Amino acid sequence: MGKLMNQRTGGLGLVAVVIVLLPWFLPNIFYYDVAIHVGINAIVAVGLNLLIGYAGQISLGHAGFFGLGAYGSGILAGTYGWHPVLALLAALIGVGVLAFIVARPILRLKGHYLAMATLGLGILVAIVLRAETWLTGGPDGMIVPSFEIFGWTLMGETTWYWIVGGLLLVTVWLALNIIDSPVGRALRSVHGSEVAAQVAGVDTTHYKVLVFVISAVFAALMGVVTAFYSGFITPDLASFFHSIEFVTMVVVGGMASTFGAIIGAVILTLLPQLLTGFDEYEAMVFGAILMATMIFLPKGLLPSLAARLRKGG
Amino acid sequence: MLAEFLQYLFTGITIGATYALVGLGFAIIYNASHVINFAQGEFLMIGGMSTVMLTAMGVPLPVAILLAVAASAVIGIALEKLAIEPAKDADIVPLIIITIGASIFLRGVAQVIWGKEFHALPSFSGDAPVVIGGATVLPQSFWVLGVSIAVVVALGYFFNRTLIGKAMIATAFNKDAARLMGINTRFVLMLSFALSAILGAVAGILVAPITFTSYDIGIGLGLKGFVAAVIGGLGSGVGAIVGGLILGISEAMAAGYISSEYKDAVAFILILAILFFLPSGLFGTRGAERV
Amino acid sequence: MFRRFMRKMSVLAGVAVLAVSGAASSADTIKIGSFLAVTGPASFLGDPELKTLQLYIERINADGGVLGKQLELVHYDDGGSAGKARTFAKRLITADQVDLIIGGSTTGATMAVVPLAEQYGVPFISLGGGIPIIDPVKKWVFKTPHTDRMAVQKVFGDMQSRGLTQVGLISGTGGFGKSCRQQALDQADEYKVEIIADETYGPKDTDMTAQLTNIKGADGLDTVLNCGFGQGPAIVTKNYRQLGIEVPFYQSHGVASKSYIELAGDAANGVRLPAAALLVAEDLPDDDPQKPVVVDYKEVFESNFDQSVSTFGGHAYDALMIAVEAMERAGSTDKAAVREAIENTSGLMGTGGEFNMSASDHLGLDLSAFRMLEIRNGDWALID
Repeated sequence: MGKLMNQRTGGLGLVAVVIVLLPWFLPNIFYYDVAIHVGINAIVAVGLNLLIGYAGQISLGHAGFFGLGAYGSGILAGTYGWHPVLALLAALIGVGVLAFIVARPILRLKGHYLAMATLGLGILVAIVLRAETWLTGGPDGMIVPSFEIFGWTLMGETTWYWIVGGLLLVTVWLALNIIDSPVGRALRSVHGSEVAAQVAGVDTTHYKVLVFVISAVFAALMGVVTAFYSGFITPDLASFFHSIEFVTMVVVGGMASTFGAIIGAVILTLLPQLLTGFDEYEAMVFGAILMATMIFLPKGLLPSLAARLRKGG
Repeated sequence: MLAEFLQYLFTGITIGATYALVGLGFAIIYNASHVINFAQGEFLMIGGMSTVMLTAMGVPLPVAILLAVAASAVIGIALEKLAIEPAKDADIVPLIIITIGASIFLRGVAQVIWGKEFHALPSFSGDAPVVIGGATVLPQSFWVLGVSIAVVVALGYFFNRTLIGKAMIATAFNKDAARLMGINTRFVLMLSFALSAILGAVAGILVAPITFTSYDIGIGLGLKGFVAAVIGGLGSGVGAIVGGLILGISEAMAAGYISSEYKDAVAFILILAILFFLPSGLFGTRGAERV
Repeated sequence: MFRRFMRKMSVLAGVAVLAVSGAASSADTIKIGSFLAVTGPASFLGDPELKTLQLYIERINADGGVLGKQLELVHYDDGGSAGKARTFAKRLITADQVDLIIGGSTTGATMAVVPLAEQYGVPFISLGGGIPIIDPVKKWVFKTPHTDRMAVQKVFGDMQSRGLTQVGLISGTGGFGKSCRQQALDQADEYKVEIIADETYGPKDTDMTAQLTNIKGADGLDTVLNCGFGQGPAIVTKNYRQLGIEVPFYQSHGVASKSYIELAGDAANGVRLPAAALLVAEDLPDDDPQKPVVVDYKEVFESNFDQSVSTFGGHAYDALMIAVEAMERAGSTDKAAVREAIENTSGLMGTGGEFNMSASDHLGLDLSAFRMLEIRNGDWALID
């Protein structure tokens, strides 16, 4: 098992098999819906993991990019009647450019200052989305038209399941390639010691900015998918808590582990659904699980379990 | 015109003093452990809610306040012993998630014990406003300011004049050296959590008559306190106080003169602007990264 | 406490099993789906609403149920978030396969779910206050609380009769506050009042003196109206007295619960607001046709729960009664038949007033359902 995970084709194949076989175990539309949300979160987490896990740069504001993607495409396609494909591209390019502009000054910061700055950025996006009612519908959200392409309307959970599943595969493949490329090696050196990497001649800022933009665009793309899939978006998509959820997925699953990020997304998406039976105890149980996981498995589920397996066998 | 300005100023100073106390709590824990305690806001909630519950049970207000502050200190110590110490070797990101988990947990417990309603605490000395230059100030605002100043003075004495206070500063400066000098750094760590829990609880109790209190007030106030601490420069006590006041006053001015919808944005615009030019805050230590 | 916790644990295990095996739908119960803001800033709405639904469904079942079947409540807590409401509504419709939905404590949560109810064709009775829920009329969507437009009309009517024309407006930025503010701006001309100051505050704000200082400074101010719900209006009320603003102060029906008076304390005295008769149940004249219904609901609610009755729980009561009565008239739980029966509800006396729905009116209340109240000595007093 451990070996399989280490081999990137094996891991990628496993994800593909799960995606293809899963529908046989989904009894009704609701479970498709949950599966789609798992996929969306997994893609954001895989992207964010490049930044947090590999480059060692924390971001508590990626939901801001997610929200901008959702609202950017939703407003262009809905209010201004753009073709959904154009709206999608415009939203992604817009977020990419924005991320590129803010990346340099922000990534100069270290540790908690970086956490604060990204947190602030994300919250500012959420505040603007809440305040500009004329454009965004305010705190109660807005309706997004469905996605039409070549006369087809993308509707229904099964359609979106395959779209998100396909995107997840592509994302994982891309992430694995980035990690194994010279970019990935440079990133890991940044994580180890940035000063040492600079001394060794690595243009650390360049790589940090690159991976910041990549992870932001992944988040924005999933914002677009969420907008067109669910047909309804609220500023909560950009909220501080949503950002924290993304980071938690990366950390719980296992930092610097692409498949760990997917597992984190699965757990963090399913947990609230399973905990609805707890009623008023829900928050308490959720908080306790979160704390316990991080205290006992500080490296995250997958790396900790893999280490244990290696030790045992 | 002047009356309006004064009104905004008094409002800003009152809320700014609260941010300053919360920010101080962040600074103390950060100094002792380099942990940002995202559960800091929950101490405000625990302080306020316990006082409301105890007074409702017939306990006289001063006793209720003392008990509530003591309870918060105990919870602060428990948080350190049960969640932070076992994970002390963890990275910065897992530690952030642990304290966020703790804040969700504490909020969950509070919601089960105290319910979800807002509660009001009676003002300490009535609601008859005092008029100063055309602006009106509630007596409770004077309590907030007075107690905040007293707390800051007491803290200053503690850190500069007492042995244990100096030990805490030494630990913040260099933990290993402090340990070699015979300082019990684990006790220092515990004490720092107890202290910042007390600061949080005091702030929570002081503002409860003005802003009301409920199981979820800690989120917003905690974040603002974090901003105050970062504006001033993490770990700087003076910085946290100045940061809190700057934040409170600019929020009130923005709400009055610009737009109340963007009042909450002020904190984050301010923090981004400051960090862009001063990457370690106003009073933070600048220096080369140790390799 | 521990026992209850263990019960929850077993519930969780059950949910986990369901998650694997797929939800089994039973044909021998009538499933009422519900999503309410039981936690979060709007919990003072969702909490009494859920309690009312649970209590009355239990009572109806004890009396033999509806159409010979027992009612089953499937509930999720949306925390007042429109996004969560939508997720849970989808779950109610597609996984739990409920026969009817009662829910949506807030206008925002309701509006997020409206497209789903329309798409899947499920009768949906909302507990949200805003007018957009039923105007324009949506085929499958109904509501029981009075609209913000009615509240504004009632308030402006009262201002007119007192000769107050220059109005300072302060509203929350949440869905209810925004919608209510819009109604106030729209209706002002009709009632010959002028909005001379227009301020807002956020749902989590803890101090509104800055906004009120601006209103206080407006020339010729006659009166102030606050649109909002939750703790916000209580803070506005306290700040209002702190700043020494002397003109009459109006609130909307968003504060029609005892918790508002408890939070605002003495500052609440003298505040006027439009509200359902429920709050002054005992003070109604004996010949008032609403009296038996509201007195009964108040007694049942207050004897079962250790809290004062609020109009919000009453809206849930009304919704449940409308649903049950419609199912009985339809003689089945067929969604289309029930929808049509709800639309034909007439003469049904609820806690909010007499409901007379039609194809063009999915609320069925008129202005007479509202009473103008004033808070005196910490209690509601009827003034008309």
